[in-house]
Amino acid sequence: MSYSVPEIAGEPTSADSGEGPGSHGWPLWEVFVRQRRGLNHVHAGSLHAPDVETALQNARDVYTRRVEGVSIWVVPSSEIHAVDPDDADDMFAPFADKPYRHPTFYEIPDEVGHM
Amino acid sequence: MTAAVTEEEATFQATIERDDKVEPRDWMPDAYRETNIRQIAQHAHSEVIGMQPERNWITRAPSLKRKAILIAKVQDEAGHGLYLYSAAETLGISRHELVHQLHTGRQKYSSIFNYPTLSWADIGAIGWLVDGAAIANQIMLQRTSYGPYARAMVRICKEESFHQRQGYEIMLTLSRGSVEQRAMAQDALDRWWWPSLMMFGPPDSESTHTEQSMAWKIKRVSNDELRQQFIDMTVPQAEYLGLSIPDPDLTWNEERDHYDFGEIDWDEFWAVVKGNGPMNRERIAHKVAAWEEGAWVREAAGTHAAKVASRRADERGAA
Repeated sequence: MSYSVPEIAGEPTSADSGEGPGSHGWPLWEVFVRQRRGLNHVHAGSLHAPDVETALQNARDVYTRRVEGVSIWVVPSSEIHAVDPDDADDMFAPFADKPYRHPTFYEIPDEVGHM
Repeated sequence: MTAAVTEEEATFQATIERDDKVEPRDWMPDAYRETNIRQIAQHAHSEVIGMQPERNWITRAPSLKRKAILIAKVQDEAGHGLYLYSAAETLGISRHELVHQLHTGRQKYSSIFNYPTLSWADIGAIGWLVDGAAIANQIMLQRTSYGPYARAMVRICKEESFHQRQGYEIMLTLSRGSVEQRAMAQDALDRWWWPSLMMFGPPDSESTHTEQSMAWKIKRVSNDELRQQFIDMTVPQAEYLGLSIPDPDLTWNEERDHYDFGEIDWDEFWAVVKGNGPMNRERIAHKVAAWEEGAWVREAAGTHAAKVASRRADERGAA
């Protein structure tokens, strides 16, 4: 058996686009949960659902059974675009040689106090 | 010597050696992908099939409180199955394919669920022993090398602790109860003890997947080590209950600082794995029937979604 490597954000998208009546024709949704007011929504996982209302409802049942959230986003997996891991070096490495962006780069005498 | 290592292989190996996680879009050897699919799928199927022995007692729970707890626990198992199916899907296999492979017997689930739940005490024994054994395994898997699997495990472990505690509490209540209730608790321990030990899989010397899985850090602790850990932890818990573990060879070994225990009946283990346990056929038949009987719900949801989408498109067109 061969497996197609997913294309989007590390999550499979239309790999199971079989158009049968069963749930395998349903799109995949990525679920993001805000744990408390003041925090970011954080990726919790994914689920299949026929439409956005059902996706939100199912996300509530699957990912917030213990009041883990006060808000949920669902996003079609196919709408998430990500950096190719092979490009990660070119993408992020340039920042490694710019230590002057960090406060610890600068020497301030102790006498000056906290700054 | 082996063929030259490609740059991709070297990057993968370095990730493993650094104790970093492998993420879905990273290059990985086919065998690593397939091993993870097999293991995560088996784990997901176990959560789903594991609902059946417990659901058996929902309608007969001894109180409303116990019934609410049991429903919540069974609902958690469904949730755990979904977290794991999501993780497996990141490896490029579809949910539909996973379900199909379970229904046709090409992927397995934990053999423990092929034993019947004959009394209410079995619900206690399952929470205490079966979930206890599962937790030992799952705590280790929080450090597994495949990122989505490890993250699913963190979430599951957080929820699983209530499962074991509610089970032990049932055993505690029964063991402080009438003579009949104590006997019921002992009977459940007698029947679930050995199958629980088998949950950790065959001995390291005979486990076909262990060596490679340890090298890839999919598994972090061997079957035998986990089993020993579980026994050492559980024996004092049984003593507290005043119940006896059905193993005449069980003794504390001062020198090893571990319990010695009797021979596990591996013939029974393999018979159940191969489909000849007390409940194998019934479990799969019930799963397939539930899937088929639910077809109209899935169809209706799909039809409804299509109808709403087309109605919205019409409204936009009219506006």
